[in-house]
Amino acid sequence: MSFVAIAFYVFASIAIAGGLLVISSRNPVHSVLFLILTFFSTAGLFVLLGAEFLAMLLVVVYVGAVAVLFLFVVMMLDVDFVEMRQGMMQNLPAGATVGVILLFELLLAFGARSAEGAKSLEEIAVGQVSNTRALGNLIYDDYFLMFQTAGMILLVAMIGAIVLTLYHRPGIKRQNIAAQVARTRDEAVELVDVKPGQGI
Amino acid sequence: MVEAMVEFYQTPLGRVVLDFSFCLILLVVLLLSIAFLLVADRKIWAAVQLRRGPNVVGPFGLLQSFADFLKFVFKEVIIPAGANKGVFFLAPLISVTLASGAWAVIPVSATWVIADINVGVMYLFAISSLGVYGIIMGGWASNSKYPFLGALRSAAQMVSYEVSIGFILITVLLLVGSLNLTDIVNAQQNIWFAIPLFPMFIMFFISALAETNRPPFDLPEAESELVAGYQVEYSSTGYLLFMLAEYMNIVLMCAMTTILFLGGWLPPFEFLGFIPGVFWFVLKVCMVFFMFAMVKAMVPRYRYDQLMRLGWKVFLPLSLLFVVLVGGVVTIWPDLIWADVPAAM
Repeated sequence: MSFVAIAFYVFASIAIAGGLLVISSRNPVHSVLFLILTFFSTAGLFVLLGAEFLAMLLVVVYVGAVAVLFLFVVMMLDVDFVEMRQGMMQNLPAGATVGVILLFELLLAFGARSAEGAKSLEEIAVGQVSNTRALGNLIYDDYFLMFQTAGMILLVAMIGAIVLTLYHRPGIKRQNIAAQVARTRDEAVELVDVKPGQGI
Repeated sequence: MVEAMVEFYQTPLGRVVLDFSFCLILLVVLLLSIAFLLVADRKIWAAVQLRRGPNVVGPFGLLQSFADFLKFVFKEVIIPAGANKGVFFLAPLISVTLASGAWAVIPVSATWVIADINVGVMYLFAISSLGVYGIIMGGWASNSKYPFLGALRSAAQMVSYEVSIGFILITVLLLVGSLNLTDIVNAQQNIWFAIPLFPMFIMFFISALAETNRPPFDLPEAESELVAGYQVEYSSTGYLLFMLAEYMNIVLMCAMTTILFLGGWLPPFEFLGFIPGVFWFVLKVCMVFFMFAMVKAMVPRYRYDQLMRLGWKVFLPLSLLFVVLVGGVVTIWPDLIWADVPAAM
């Protein structure tokens, strides 16, 4: 067995074990930490495939940003997970249905791809083109419109989320730094000659 | 004998042994230099405040860090009663592992680099974005109010400044046309990027201060509000590891500043090229570290809302603007991409 194969089995088994622990561990924070472990070993699998740029992207986006937010929410919210666990058997049929449908769709997609032969990263990356450059060509030349459309959809979703949750509390005092810096001595300090026994 | 050794080092096992020993050497050198940089930090801080600083252990107090190390190691390990033990011990370990792992891709000289990978910058960015986990986990596992507040603050701060650091990296990458750190340094043969990208250089320096929780952005451990932030419950070796990771990250940021903006191992003038590149690299890193230390000594701590305002309302738009600007300039004059990247790559 080659070194790459050993590494593959190590990463793959860690990823699967991590995935199982995500749904089975009692403490929600541990669940998120196992999710991070799963992401990380998936990144390892990407590196083994020679897609090092995607691997780094996975770590930066999912582990570095998304999972941090997950962790935030799980730590801050006081969710009663014992109660949620009791509902697990009720939700099992729905979850299993979604899982089976997803699996079927994935099989369909891969089947269609191997039948038709869509442009894959490997084909683009013939010769000496580094895989970051190949990915760039693919996204920004061949599928430019779709990529930009996806970006616009995400932007709209982001603005929507902000509009839904933004709430201006009335009567809150905010610091206006420009106004503070623009203050001069003349308008800020007033010298008053107070006569004894009179006050101001 | 020599030939047999050379042959051994070309076999797969030999390469693993070789890489492993390189890593070990780098780690030892790194730890030793951190011991002395720590003393330097305290000495500079003291000098600004007209104090002597550490001056008892060894000549000029040079061995102070080693004495501190021994003291930490021999202290009793105290675990808070309500702590989540596994996560509590994992947190400092993760911090140190990540901080030292990032050093694998740093090119110290033209040929001295352990892993010369194509996506070096991305790797560094990924590793530094993971650094927040050590702090969050430590803060949460302590099961105590101040560490938790410190961890939350720190996470928000590091995530915020990562965004602007990402954009600053993109401006540099636009001029280089490669993610490889060696290529980035080689692209600065004619001019260091600190000159054409001077505003980015300043912003990167400030963001690096915020990313490593250095004063004036040391809010996660602001002692006047949070005692010591996420480190409150840590004693002995756990605390030592957090401290070590912090300084490793600081030196890493110094090295990144050197590589991205100050020409890495390149000499400042052509005629000084006979001096080996390592010398220049170390000199520049020390110079940037001196600036880090001076900032710590001179600038008062930011308030938390000011910190967030600086990150999101000042640095983010400015760096975004510069990405557009540099991108436009590079598109109009493609000759400005200085790296000798072959067309096929």
